[in-house]
Amino acid sequence: MPSKNDLLDLQFIEARHKLIDLAAFLDRIDRHPGRADFRLAALHHALPILLAERPDRARAVLEALSDPTTDPIPQATTQGACGAWEQSRKHTAES
Amino acid sequence: MRYIEPHAHMVSRTTDDYQKLALAGCEAVCEPAFWAGFDRGSAAGFHDYFRQLTEYEPQRAAKFGIRHYCWLCINPKEADDPGFAREVMSLIPQFLACPTVLGIGEIGLNKNTRNELVIFEEHVQLALDHDLPILIHTPHLEDKLKGTRLMLDALANFSRLERAQVIIDHVEEHTVAQVLEAGYWAGMTLYPNSKCSLDRAIDILEIHGPDRLWLNSACDWGVSDPLAVPKCALQMKARRHHAAAIERLIYQNPRDFLSQSPRFVLGAP
Repeated sequence: MPSKNDLLDLQFIEARHKLIDLAAFLDRIDRHPGRADFRLAALHHALPILLAERPDRARAVLEALSDPTTDPIPQATTQGACGAWEQSRKHTAES
Repeated sequence: MRYIEPHAHMVSRTTDDYQKLALAGCEAVCEPAFWAGFDRGSAAGFHDYFRQLTEYEPQRAAKFGIRHYCWLCINPKEADDPGFAREVMSLIPQFLACPTVLGIGEIGLNKNTRNELVIFEEHVQLALDHDLPILIHTPHLEDKLKGTRLMLDALANFSRLERAQVIIDHVEEHTVAQVLEAGYWAGMTLYPNSKCSLDRAIDILEIHGPDRLWLNSACDWGVSDPLAVPKCALQMKARRHHAAAIERLIYQNPRDFLSQSPRFVLGAP
Protein backbone atom coordinates (compact mmCIF):
# COMPACT_ATOMS: atom_id res chain seq x y z
CA MET A 1 0.00 0.00 0.00
CA PRO A 2 1.40 3.46 -0.85
CA SER A 3 2.28 5.81 2.01
CA LYS A 4 0.86 9.31 2.49
CA ASN A 5 3.93 10.73 0.83
CA ASP A 6 3.62 8.26 -2.03
CA LEU A 7 0.09 9.57 -2.62
CA LEU A 8 1.29 13.15 -2.32
CA ASP A 9 3.95 12.40 -4.92
CA LEU A 10 1.26 10.96 -7.16
CA GLN A 11 -1.57 13.44 -6.67
CA PHE A 12 -0.57 16.60 -4.82
CA ILE A 13 -0.22 18.71 -7.98
CA GLU A 14 -3.62 17.57 -9.19
CA ALA A 15 -5.25 18.29 -5.82
CA ARG A 16 -3.53 21.69 -5.70
CA HIS A 17 -4.89 22.44 -9.14
CA LYS A 18 -8.42 21.51 -8.09
CA LEU A 19 -8.15 23.67 -4.96
CA ILE A 20 -7.02 26.70 -6.98
CA ASP A 21 -9.75 26.03 -9.53
CA LEU A 22 -12.37 26.04 -6.78
CA ALA A 23 -10.96 29.24 -5.29
CA ALA A 24 -10.97 30.86 -8.73
CA PHE A 25 -14.57 29.78 -9.22
CA LEU A 26 -15.59 31.53 -5.99
CA ASP A 27 -13.66 34.64 -7.03
CA ARG A 28 -15.38 34.55 -10.40
CA ILE A 29 -18.81 34.36 -8.83
CA ASP A 30 -17.94 37.39 -6.65
CA ARG A 31 -16.81 39.42 -9.66
CA HIS A 32 -20.06 38.97 -11.54
CA PRO A 33 -23.36 40.76 -10.90
CA GLY A 34 -26.67 39.43 -9.66
CA ARG A 35 -27.84 37.37 -6.75
CA ALA A 36 -26.55 33.84 -6.47
CA ASP A 37 -29.14 31.13 -5.94
CA PHE A 38 -29.17 28.27 -3.45
CA ARG A 39 -26.39 26.40 -5.22
CA LEU A 40 -23.70 28.81 -4.03
CA ALA A 41 -25.02 28.61 -0.48
CA ALA A 42 -24.91 24.83 -0.76
CA LEU A 43 -21.28 25.02 -1.79
CA HIS A 44 -20.45 27.30 1.15
CA HIS A 45 -22.29 24.92 3.43
CA ALA A 46 -20.24 21.94 2.24
CA LEU A 47 -16.80 23.56 2.09
CA PRO A 48 -15.99 23.43 5.85
CA ILE A 49 -16.32 19.66 5.70
CA LEU A 50 -13.02 19.56 3.84
CA LEU A 51 -11.22 20.74 6.97
CA ALA A 52 -13.04 18.43 9.37
CA GLU A 53 -11.04 15.70 11.07
CA ARG A 54 -13.02 12.75 9.79
CA PRO A 55 -12.32 9.83 7.43
CA ASP A 56 -15.42 10.27 5.25
CA ARG A 57 -15.32 13.84 3.99
CA ALA A 58 -16.44 12.85 0.48
CA ARG A 59 -19.48 11.07 1.89
CA ALA A 60 -20.29 14.06 4.12
CA VAL A 61 -20.03 16.51 1.21
CA LEU A 62 -22.35 14.35 -0.88
CA GLU A 63 -24.81 14.13 1.99
CA ALA A 64 -24.65 17.90 2.53
CA LEU A 65 -25.62 18.41 -1.12
CA SER A 66 -28.35 15.76 -1.09
CA ASP A 67 -32.11 15.84 -0.69
CA PRO A 68 -32.65 14.69 2.90
CA THR A 69 -36.38 14.01 2.57
CA THR A 70 -37.70 10.47 2.57
CA ASP A 71 -41.10 10.45 0.84
CA PRO A 72 -41.59 10.21 -2.91
CA ILE A 73 -42.91 13.43 -4.44
CA PRO A 74 -46.30 13.56 -6.16
CA GLN A 75 -44.96 14.73 -9.50
CA ALA A 76 -41.68 15.84 -11.02
CA THR A 77 -41.37 19.57 -11.57
CA THR A 78 -38.20 19.15 -13.58
CA GLN A 79 -36.52 16.25 -15.36
CA GLY A 80 -32.92 17.01 -14.52
CA ALA A 81 -30.88 17.39 -11.35
CA CYS A 82 -28.86 20.47 -10.46
CA GLY A 83 -26.34 19.24 -7.89
CA ALA A 84 -27.65 20.75 -4.68
CA TRP A 85 -30.74 20.49 -2.52
CA GLU A 86 -32.84 23.61 -2.79
CA GLN A 87 -33.68 23.64 0.91
CA SER A 88 -30.34 25.38 1.36
CA ARG A 89 -31.99 28.53 0.00
CA LYS A 90 -31.94 29.92 3.54
CA HIS A 91 -28.17 30.31 3.09
CA THR A 92 -28.50 32.23 -0.23
CA ALA A 93 -25.59 34.62 -0.63
CA GLU A 94 -25.94 38.26 -1.61
CA SER A 95 -23.92 39.45 -4.60
CA MET B 1 -5.30 -6.40 -20.19
CA ARG B 2 -8.75 -7.91 -20.62
CA TYR B 3 -11.89 -6.38 -19.25
CA ILE B 4 -15.68 -6.26 -19.50
CA GLU B 5 -17.58 -3.01 -19.91
CA PRO B 6 -20.82 -3.77 -18.05
CA HIS B 7 -22.65 -0.49 -18.71
CA ALA B 8 -22.19 1.52 -21.89
CA HIS B 9 -24.77 3.18 -24.12
CA MET B 10 -23.22 2.27 -27.42
CA VAL B 11 -26.23 3.37 -29.47
CA SER B 12 -25.03 6.90 -28.78
CA ARG B 13 -21.39 6.23 -29.63
CA THR B 14 -19.69 6.07 -33.01
CA THR B 15 -18.15 2.88 -34.31
CA ASP B 16 -14.72 4.36 -33.54
CA ASP B 17 -15.46 3.67 -29.90
CA TYR B 18 -15.89 -0.06 -30.53
CA GLN B 19 -12.44 0.03 -32.10
CA LYS B 20 -11.06 1.80 -29.04
CA LEU B 21 -12.69 -0.71 -26.70
CA ALA B 22 -11.26 -3.60 -28.68
CA LEU B 23 -7.77 -2.09 -28.67
CA ALA B 24 -8.01 -1.63 -24.91
CA GLY B 25 -8.90 -5.29 -24.34
CA CYS B 26 -12.67 -5.19 -23.98
CA GLU B 27 -14.20 -8.63 -24.48
CA ALA B 28 -17.84 -7.80 -23.88
CA VAL B 29 -19.99 -4.73 -23.51
CA CYS B 30 -23.42 -4.64 -21.86
CA GLU B 31 -25.91 -1.95 -22.73
CA PRO B 32 -28.93 -1.12 -20.56
CA ALA B 33 -31.93 0.59 -22.13
CA PHE B 34 -31.78 4.30 -21.29
CA TRP B 35 -33.03 7.80 -21.98
CA ALA B 36 -32.03 8.98 -25.44
CA GLY B 37 -31.55 12.57 -24.36
CA PHE B 38 -35.13 13.40 -25.31
CA ASP B 39 -38.50 11.88 -24.51
CA ARG B 40 -39.55 9.38 -27.13
CA GLY B 41 -42.91 10.17 -28.66
CA SER B 42 -44.46 6.71 -28.77
CA ALA B 43 -44.15 3.11 -27.72
CA ALA B 44 -43.22 2.38 -31.33
CA GLY B 45 -40.11 4.45 -30.74
CA PHE B 46 -39.14 2.11 -27.93
CA HIS B 47 -39.87 -0.90 -30.15
CA ASP B 48 -37.35 0.38 -32.69
CA TYR B 49 -34.88 1.11 -29.90
CA PHE B 50 -35.20 -2.42 -28.52
CA ARG B 51 -34.56 -3.74 -32.04
CA GLN B 52 -31.47 -1.57 -32.23
CA LEU B 53 -30.23 -3.02 -28.93
CA THR B 54 -30.96 -6.63 -29.80
CA GLU B 55 -30.19 -6.72 -33.53
CA TYR B 56 -27.94 -3.92 -34.70
CA GLU B 57 -25.56 -3.25 -31.82
CA PRO B 58 -24.44 -6.89 -31.47
CA GLN B 59 -23.53 -6.84 -35.16
CA ARG B 60 -21.64 -3.58 -34.83
CA ALA B 61 -19.71 -4.86 -31.82
CA ALA B 62 -18.95 -8.22 -33.42
CA LYS B 63 -16.98 -6.51 -36.20
CA PHE B 64 -14.40 -5.71 -33.52
CA GLY B 65 -14.53 -9.08 -31.78
CA ILE B 66 -16.64 -7.75 -28.91
CA ARG B 67 -19.76 -9.47 -27.61
CA HIS B 68 -22.67 -7.10 -27.04
CA TYR B 69 -25.46 -7.80 -24.56
CA CYS B 70 -28.36 -5.66 -23.44
CA TRP B 71 -30.93 -5.01 -20.74
CA LEU B 72 -34.46 -3.82 -21.43
CA CYS B 73 -36.90 -1.48 -19.68
CA ILE B 74 -38.44 1.94 -19.87
CA ASN B 75 -35.91 4.24 -18.25
CA PRO B 76 -36.78 6.28 -15.14
CA LYS B 77 -36.81 9.63 -16.95
CA GLU B 78 -39.69 8.46 -19.14
CA ALA B 79 -41.47 6.48 -16.41
CA ASP B 80 -43.43 9.28 -14.75
CA ASP B 81 -46.42 8.61 -17.04
CA PRO B 82 -47.64 5.18 -15.87
CA GLY B 83 -49.94 4.61 -18.84
CA PHE B 84 -47.18 5.21 -21.34
CA ALA B 85 -44.69 3.27 -19.25
CA ARG B 86 -46.94 0.21 -19.14
CA GLU B 87 -47.50 0.42 -22.88
CA VAL B 88 -43.73 0.26 -23.36
CA MET B 89 -43.31 -2.48 -20.77
CA SER B 90 -45.86 -4.59 -22.64
CA LEU B 91 -43.37 -4.71 -25.53
CA ILE B 92 -40.56 -6.17 -23.43
CA PRO B 93 -41.64 -9.84 -23.22
CA GLN B 94 -41.44 -10.30 -27.00
CA PHE B 95 -37.78 -9.29 -26.86
CA LEU B 96 -36.84 -11.49 -23.91
CA ALA B 97 -36.31 -14.42 -26.25
CA CYS B 98 -33.51 -12.58 -28.01
CA PRO B 99 -30.20 -14.32 -27.32
CA THR B 100 -28.37 -11.19 -26.14
CA VAL B 101 -30.94 -9.95 -23.61
CA LEU B 102 -29.57 -10.42 -20.09
CA GLY B 103 -32.27 -8.91 -17.91
CA ILE B 104 -34.32 -5.89 -16.92
CA GLY B 105 -32.54 -2.55 -16.74
CA GLU B 106 -31.59 0.12 -16.22
CA ILE B 107 -34.69 0.63 -14.13
CA GLY B 108 -34.79 3.04 -11.23
CA LEU B 109 -35.82 6.49 -10.15
CA ASN B 110 -35.09 9.92 -11.56
CA LYS B 111 -36.81 12.63 -9.50
CA ASN B 112 -38.14 10.17 -6.90
CA THR B 113 -41.81 10.51 -7.77
CA ARG B 114 -44.62 8.19 -6.78
CA ASN B 115 -45.24 7.15 -10.39
CA GLU B 116 -41.56 6.40 -10.96
CA LEU B 117 -41.60 4.19 -7.89
CA VAL B 118 -44.68 2.30 -9.04
CA ILE B 119 -43.16 1.61 -12.45
CA PHE B 120 -39.88 0.61 -10.79
CA GLU B 121 -41.74 -1.96 -8.70
CA GLU B 122 -43.59 -3.27 -11.77
CA HIS B 123 -40.26 -3.74 -13.53
CA VAL B 124 -38.95 -5.70 -10.55
CA GLN B 125 -42.01 -7.94 -10.73
CA LEU B 126 -41.49 -8.38 -14.48
CA ALA B 127 -37.94 -9.51 -13.80
CA LEU B 128 -39.13 -11.94 -11.14
CA ASP B 129 -41.84 -13.30 -13.42
CA HIS B 130 -39.20 -14.15 -16.02
CA ASP B 131 -36.41 -15.08 -13.57
CA LEU B 132 -34.12 -12.34 -14.81
CA PRO B 133 -31.37 -10.29 -13.15
CA ILE B 134 -31.92 -6.59 -12.58
CA LEU B 135 -29.75 -3.55 -13.24
CA ILE B 136 -30.77 -0.45 -11.32
CA HIS B 137 -29.99 3.19 -12.01
CA THR B 138 -29.74 5.46 -8.99
CA PRO B 139 -30.73 9.10 -9.51
CA HIS B 140 -28.38 11.91 -10.36
CA LEU B 141 -26.64 14.31 -7.99
CA GLU B 142 -28.81 15.60 -5.13
CA ASP B 143 -31.49 12.97 -5.79
CA LYS B 144 -29.24 9.92 -5.49
CA LEU B 145 -29.30 9.38 -1.72
CA LYS B 146 -33.09 9.63 -1.39
CA GLY B 147 -33.69 7.51 -4.49
CA THR B 148 -31.33 4.79 -3.31
CA ARG B 149 -33.09 4.62 0.05
CA LEU B 150 -36.53 4.51 -1.60
CA MET B 151 -35.49 1.70 -3.91
CA LEU B 152 -33.83 -0.34 -1.19
CA ASP B 153 -37.04 -0.10 0.83
CA ALA B 154 -39.10 -1.11 -2.20
CA LEU B 155 -36.83 -4.04 -3.06
CA ALA B 156 -37.11 -5.32 0.50
CA ASN B 157 -40.79 -5.97 -0.12
CA PHE B 158 -40.01 -8.57 -2.79
CA SER B 159 -39.46 -11.69 -0.72
CA ARG B 160 -38.56 -13.85 -3.72
CA LEU B 161 -35.87 -11.46 -4.92
CA GLU B 162 -32.39 -12.94 -5.17
CA ARG B 163 -30.25 -10.02 -4.08
CA ALA B 164 -27.15 -11.48 -5.69
CA GLN B 165 -28.91 -11.03 -9.04
CA VAL B 166 -29.42 -7.31 -8.56
CA ILE B 167 -26.82 -4.63 -9.29
CA ILE B 168 -27.43 -1.11 -8.08
CA ASP B 169 -25.37 1.13 -10.29
CA HIS B 170 -23.89 4.61 -10.04
CA VAL B 171 -23.13 4.28 -6.30
CA GLU B 172 -21.02 6.92 -4.63
CA GLU B 173 -19.54 7.35 -1.18
CA HIS B 174 -22.90 8.12 0.45
CA THR B 175 -24.80 5.18 -1.02
CA VAL B 176 -22.36 2.32 -1.49
CA ALA B 177 -22.40 1.05 2.09
CA GLN B 178 -26.14 0.63 2.30
CA VAL B 179 -26.25 -1.12 -1.07
CA LEU B 180 -23.54 -3.61 -0.14
CA GLU B 181 -24.84 -4.14 3.39
CA ALA B 182 -28.23 -5.06 1.92
CA GLY B 183 -26.59 -7.82 -0.11
CA TYR B 184 -26.79 -6.30 -3.59
CA TRP B 185 -24.04 -5.69 -6.07
CA ALA B 186 -22.83 -2.11 -6.42
CA GLY B 187 -21.66 -0.46 -9.62
CA MET B 188 -19.25 2.46 -9.64
CA THR B 189 -19.68 4.67 -12.71
CA LEU B 190 -16.68 6.61 -13.99
CA TYR B 191 -18.49 9.56 -15.53
CA PRO B 192 -17.15 13.13 -15.69
CA ASN B 193 -18.36 15.62 -13.09
CA SER B 194 -21.61 13.95 -12.10
CA LYS B 195 -20.43 10.55 -10.83
CA CYS B 196 -17.26 8.87 -9.55
CA SER B 197 -13.78 9.86 -10.57
CA LEU B 198 -11.20 7.13 -11.14
CA ASP B 199 -9.55 7.79 -7.79
CA ARG B 200 -12.80 7.92 -5.83
CA ALA B 201 -13.82 4.57 -7.29
CA ILE B 202 -10.48 3.12 -6.18
CA ASP B 203 -11.01 4.66 -2.73
CA ILE B 204 -14.39 2.93 -2.49
CA LEU B 205 -12.75 -0.34 -3.49
CA GLU B 206 -10.05 0.06 -0.84
CA ILE B 207 -12.58 0.87 1.89
CA HIS B 208 -15.26 -1.70 1.07
CA GLY B 209 -13.23 -4.49 -0.54
CA PRO B 210 -13.73 -6.11 -3.95
CA ASP B 211 -16.79 -8.25 -3.24
CA ARG B 212 -19.84 -7.42 -5.37
CA LEU B 213 -18.32 -4.31 -6.94
CA TRP B 214 -17.89 -3.46 -10.58
CA LEU B 215 -16.70 -0.50 -12.65
CA ASN B 216 -18.33 0.97 -15.70
CA SER B 217 -18.13 4.03 -17.89
CA ALA B 218 -21.85 4.45 -18.70
CA CYS B 219 -20.59 6.35 -21.75
CA ASP B 220 -23.45 7.94 -23.63
CA TRP B 221 -24.40 10.94 -25.71
CA GLY B 222 -22.91 13.28 -23.11
CA VAL B 223 -19.24 14.10 -22.68
CA SER B 224 -18.05 10.74 -21.38
CA ASP B 225 -15.17 8.34 -21.81
CA PRO B 226 -15.67 4.83 -23.22
CA LEU B 227 -12.19 3.95 -21.98
CA ALA B 228 -12.80 4.97 -18.38
CA VAL B 229 -12.59 1.39 -17.09
CA PRO B 230 -9.13 0.56 -18.51
CA LYS B 231 -7.95 4.02 -17.44
CA CYS B 232 -9.09 3.25 -13.91
CA ALA B 233 -7.17 -0.01 -14.11
CA LEU B 234 -4.04 1.97 -14.96
CA GLN B 235 -4.67 4.26 -12.03
CA MET B 236 -5.07 1.22 -9.76
CA LYS B 237 -1.66 0.11 -10.95
CA ALA B 238 -0.24 3.56 -10.16
CA ARG B 239 -1.69 3.20 -6.68
CA ARG B 240 0.08 -0.17 -6.35
CA HIS B 241 -2.85 -2.51 -6.68
CA HIS B 242 -1.69 -5.89 -7.90
CA ALA B 243 -2.60 -7.24 -11.32
CA ALA B 244 -4.82 -9.91 -9.76
CA ALA B 245 -6.84 -7.30 -7.87
CA ILE B 246 -7.25 -5.23 -11.01
CA GLU B 247 -8.34 -8.22 -13.07
CA ARG B 248 -10.82 -9.15 -10.37
CA LEU B 249 -12.51 -5.76 -10.50
CA ILE B 250 -12.59 -5.21 -14.26
CA TYR B 251 -13.05 -8.76 -15.51
CA GLN B 252 -13.91 -11.42 -12.95
CA ASN B 253 -16.50 -9.47 -10.99
CA PRO B 254 -18.58 -8.40 -14.00
CA ARG B 255 -18.17 -11.87 -15.47
CA ASP B 256 -19.38 -13.47 -12.25
CA PHE B 257 -22.44 -11.25 -12.00
CA LEU B 258 -23.37 -11.37 -15.69
CA SER B 259 -22.84 -15.13 -15.92
CA GLN B 260 -25.92 -15.51 -13.75
CA SER B 261 -27.65 -15.17 -17.08
CA PRO B 262 -26.97 -18.35 -19.07
CA ARG B 263 -26.86 -16.16 -22.17
CA PHE B 264 -23.72 -14.36 -21.08
CA VAL B 265 -20.85 -16.02 -22.90
CA LEU B 266 -17.35 -14.75 -23.53
CA GLY B 267 -15.08 -15.55 -26.44
CA ALA B 268 -15.23 -14.50 -30.08
CA PRO B 269 -18.75 -13.51 -31.18
